[in-house]
Amino acid sequence: MAEVLVLVELNPAAGGPRKTTLEALTAARALGEPSAVVIGAPGAAAGVKDALAEYGAAKVYVAESPEVEEYLVAPKAEVLAQLVASVSPAAVVIPSSPEGKEIAGRLAIKTGSGFLTDVTEIHPDGTATQVAFAGATIVHSQVTVGTPIYTLRGNSVTPEPAPAAGTEETVQVQVSDAAKATRVTDRVVEQKSSRPELTEASIVVSGGRGVASAENFAVIEGLADSLGAAVGASRAAVDSGFYPHSFQVGQTGKTVSPQLYIAVGISGAIQHRAGMQTSKTIVAVNKDPEAPIFELADFGVVGDLNTVVPAATEQITARK
Amino acid sequence: MNIVVLVKQVPDSGSERKLDPSDNTVARATADNVINEMDEYAIEEALTVKEAHGGEVTILTVGPDTATDAIRKALSMGADKAVHVSDPAIHGSCAVQTSAVIAAALSQLEYDLVLCGAEATDAQLSVMPALVAERLGIPQLSGARKLTVEGGVAKVERQTDGGYWQLEAPLPAIVSTWDTINEPRYPSFKGIMAAKKKPVQTLTLADLGIDPGTVGLATATSKVVDFAGRPPKGEGVKVTDEGDGAEKLVGYLAAQKIV
Repeated sequence: MAEVLVLVELNPAAGGPRKTTLEALTAARALGEPSAVVIGAPGAAAGVKDALAEYGAAKVYVAESPEVEEYLVAPKAEVLAQLVASVSPAAVVIPSSPEGKEIAGRLAIKTGSGFLTDVTEIHPDGTATQVAFAGATIVHSQVTVGTPIYTLRGNSVTPEPAPAAGTEETVQVQVSDAAKATRVTDRVVEQKSSRPELTEASIVVSGGRGVASAENFAVIEGLADSLGAAVGASRAAVDSGFYPHSFQVGQTGKTVSPQLYIAVGISGAIQHRAGMQTSKTIVAVNKDPEAPIFELADFGVVGDLNTVVPAATEQITARK
Repeated sequence: MNIVVLVKQVPDSGSERKLDPSDNTVARATADNVINEMDEYAIEEALTVKEAHGGEVTILTVGPDTATDAIRKALSMGADKAVHVSDPAIHGSCAVQTSAVIAAALSQLEYDLVLCGAEATDAQLSVMPALVAERLGIPQLSGARKLTVEGGVAKVERQTDGGYWQLEAPLPAIVSTWDTINEPRYPSFKGIMAAKKKPVQTLTLADLGIDPGTVGLATATSKVVDFAGRPPKGEGVKVTDEGDGAEKLVGYLAAQKIV
């Protein structure tokens, strides 16, 4: 069976691979037998090997070196390109983070290939589905040159276990001087949150301009916590200083695709839709019955968020 | 300090955008075309660096003749001059091919710093700095929310989920900017008038020494096979809160087995 390389996205904070990696392993099976590729600091593979095998990795290539984390993007692309040259895979699948997309792009140039970003599904014939123009258009695309490289958008595929051998193979890492161009001198975490990662969460509760103040975002956070959800914000809310930019959903922010998206006090401008339109179920609370968000909503409540949302939070909590 | 800003003209993300069914490329001729929003932050950052260090800001655009509007907007903000690469053979190029055109154009310019927006609103790949850096062998400092340039070194805070990575590289380098980095200035009337007289050099693929057969739709490394509009959503339920809105909402979530 054809070998498909899957780049592992590590989650140093939680240990283990990110959920996006398990999704990529699952999606890669449409094209062949996945092999996981761990590129990280020494010791990086130890905590993830079992999960990779459980989700279908026949092999686990381990490329460990301090240098791959000391410099931005280029070393990982270089190691991956060397591996592509030596094993001639049928395809490469990479989780669609900012770093993942940049690795894919560099890898495409290094290997003389094409690449597709933010695919939501990979089909057995090698074509992939992408969502364009704020979710309004569904596109089937294809790489026509070289080894197809895909980056898979988070939450597009449900990870399914498929136990495989997970045989470890050590890859010698030799980072060239050219790849040591941009040094990462520090990685700073400013907001520690016990809530799930926005792009990985199965439920997202977002607040907009209607929330009216930074303090009042507690209403959004309360509902989110009752559901075990991530918190998001519209651009209007972020621009008004109600919530930090890293939680912005929509164009110039994050694209999310959860099972449930609850939009509170968000009118539903096209720039916001761009980031949430592919959510499975959409619920909206807005006092304006004409708000465009209701066109998208499976269930909408026309009402004051300050009464509806706290009451809903209380009832959800009471059901536990 | 010579600064080049990559500027793209895109269909306005606030109005309807389409693919052209004749060749499955972005319908640019019929669209409301505007300067890519994120590029305005890159231009602002370039002007700020120039104000601190002196030098010249050059706009580099690859795109059809209509892209002149985006170039004029960039010049009206205060950039000094522009280079417009326009050639019918470029139509339908993929990102890999476009990066080759940009890299070739940059190679004909003198630059210490290349700036661009962290994302274009049409294709949303966010990969151009990586591709151009790969081709030119210069450092990539992408996704900046803060940039400082001092003593031939660029330092960037690369925006991440819940924080940032501190990046550092010697010049020349390419930096891409998010909208968290600054507040772009509005063009003044004087700026708009002055922009009309600023030099715009138009280059073709021949001027860049690029074989037209290596770019464009026919040899693109990826292509759109087919496309369709998103199937319309079934009519949703909308209720008006009369004291029972929360109850109905929770009832819906319960029916969906979410709570």
